[in-house]
Amino acid sequence: MKGNTEIQKLRTEDLHLYYGDVHALKGINMDVHSRCITALIGPSGCGKSTFLKTLNRMNDTIPSVKITGKVILDGEDVYGKNVDVTVLRKKVGMVFQSPNPFPMSIYDNIAYGPRVHGQKRRHELDEIVERSLTSAAIWDEVKDRLKKPALGLSGGQQQRLCIARCLATQPEILLMDEPTSALDPISTSKIEELIYDLKKEYSIVIVTHNMQQAARVSDYTAFFLLGELIEYDTTNAIFSSPKVQQTENYITGRFG
Amino acid sequence: MSETQSIIAVRKGKSGVERTMNLLFLLCGLTAVVCVVFMTLYMVVAGGPIIAKVGFFDFVFGRTWNPENSQFGIFPMIVSSIAATGGAVLIALPCGVLVAVFLAKLAPDRIAAALRALIDLLAGIPSVVYGLLGAILLVPLIFNLQTALRLPTSGNLLAAMLILVIMILPTIISVSETAIRAVPKEYEDAALALGSTRLQSIFKVSIPAAKSGIVAGIVLGTGRAIGEAMAVIMVAGNAAIMPTLLGPVRLLTTSIPIEWAYSSGTHRDALYGIGLALFVMIMAINTIFRKTLKKGGAFDDG
Repeated sequence: MKGNTEIQKLRTEDLHLYYGDVHALKGINMDVHSRCITALIGPSGCGKSTFLKTLNRMNDTIPSVKITGKVILDGEDVYGKNVDVTVLRKKVGMVFQSPNPFPMSIYDNIAYGPRVHGQKRRHELDEIVERSLTSAAIWDEVKDRLKKPALGLSGGQQQRLCIARCLATQPEILLMDEPTSALDPISTSKIEELIYDLKKEYSIVIVTHNMQQAARVSDYTAFFLLGELIEYDTTNAIFSSPKVQQTENYITGRFG
Repeated sequence: MSETQSIIAVRKGKSGVERTMNLLFLLCGLTAVVCVVFMTLYMVVAGGPIIAKVGFFDFVFGRTWNPENSQFGIFPMIVSSIAATGGAVLIALPCGVLVAVFLAKLAPDRIAAALRALIDLLAGIPSVVYGLLGAILLVPLIFNLQTALRLPTSGNLLAAMLILVIMILPTIISVSETAIRAVPKEYEDAALALGSTRLQSIFKVSIPAAKSGIVAGIVLGTGRAIGEAMAVIMVAGNAAIMPTLLGPVRLLTTSIPIEWAYSSGTHRDALYGIGLALFVMIMAINTIFRKTLKKGGAFDDG
């Protein structure tokens, strides 16, 4: 799937992360390409979710975390001086493992981000809500109940709502932390289709435990093990001819 | 071949111990119910006749309380009670919620623990001590204001309100803090990940999500404020007239202990009548809040 004209969107340079004394990420160097889907795979505790959270600085909320190295986003260091974290997180949206809509109406969930970033005009908000829900392929299911509580939706619908909520702030990158692990197979396949569609406009980094999912949707795959990036290549290459023995062992299910 | 165990009970029905314990639990549960029922009946029986005699309208909406002349209008006290309680809750609510936010979200652990211990202590101070402090510190302070405005100096509604604020703050703080802490961290994470600042995530997501718990704090605070007598007697001036912010007031609660000792006959019956009025008011407030609480809760749960 690899094209020749792919642009680098994001790059990490010698990224280390410590939780207190625990060395959780060990010198990660990795590129994320624009308008591609990059899958992060690896056994539990290998650091892939931690890595994902360094990209929008969601680790900042944990007091014991120390980070060295660089995350370069469009030429700017995410951990540099004078970075406005709120703008960073507007630009780099995140979808969580289990759906977490706010206990508000569907409309207010989507309008939350734009409102926080200063959009007050009713007409514009209406447009953003419709556009975001349409992009997340859930508009038809909820257009008649925008004022109803979001928690009344099914799990799969809630997750698509969360994706729509993310899109409403007009991000450039979407980070997804095992977005389908709490969903049934039908909801999962809907979300996968959605992710595949979103690639046209967004760069997507997705953590997944599901090897088939990585193979199905992603253009690039990174294999993490014990805090290290073991192998990173096109998804085709990783799944058909991995260069490192550990990668092959993992994707063929011989350890984990 | 091994023998299988039969699952048919050896003895039929519940065992004796189980039956006795069930009965015991039932009795304990009934005690509470019986108390409430008998108290209600007693209040109606004791307070009802005087209200019937004076006339419901004259009793509840009468503006003059003068037992010597057999004038038993409690309207000024009802208004004063509502004013003092309402004012206290209006002041205590924003303060209490902000302190709760500080304790639950912003304060370093050690400072939060120390503050929490102090607030618990505040809740345990007997109300007469609050009254003393109010009479010695607060009321003279307000005297200055009254003198400046050329008003007669006396205990007053403002002092009663402020004392009640301090008394209900611990309740509102601790109940709100519990409610805010109970909001799933996922909500806040989602808010932060959308580019909210910390304060936006707290005020636009966590507090609305904790709404029903905070309302419960208001209910408890209101209950305590409207039922408080001792501290209020010592700072309120106790004249049974329509309330003004800086004038003396007498609440429903305080009338009873003030006049109990020297009352007799109809006068004493009238005090029972006041008790009944207070009882009904508290019931009404509880019911109203509970109804709104249920509505709010239903929305929160989707």
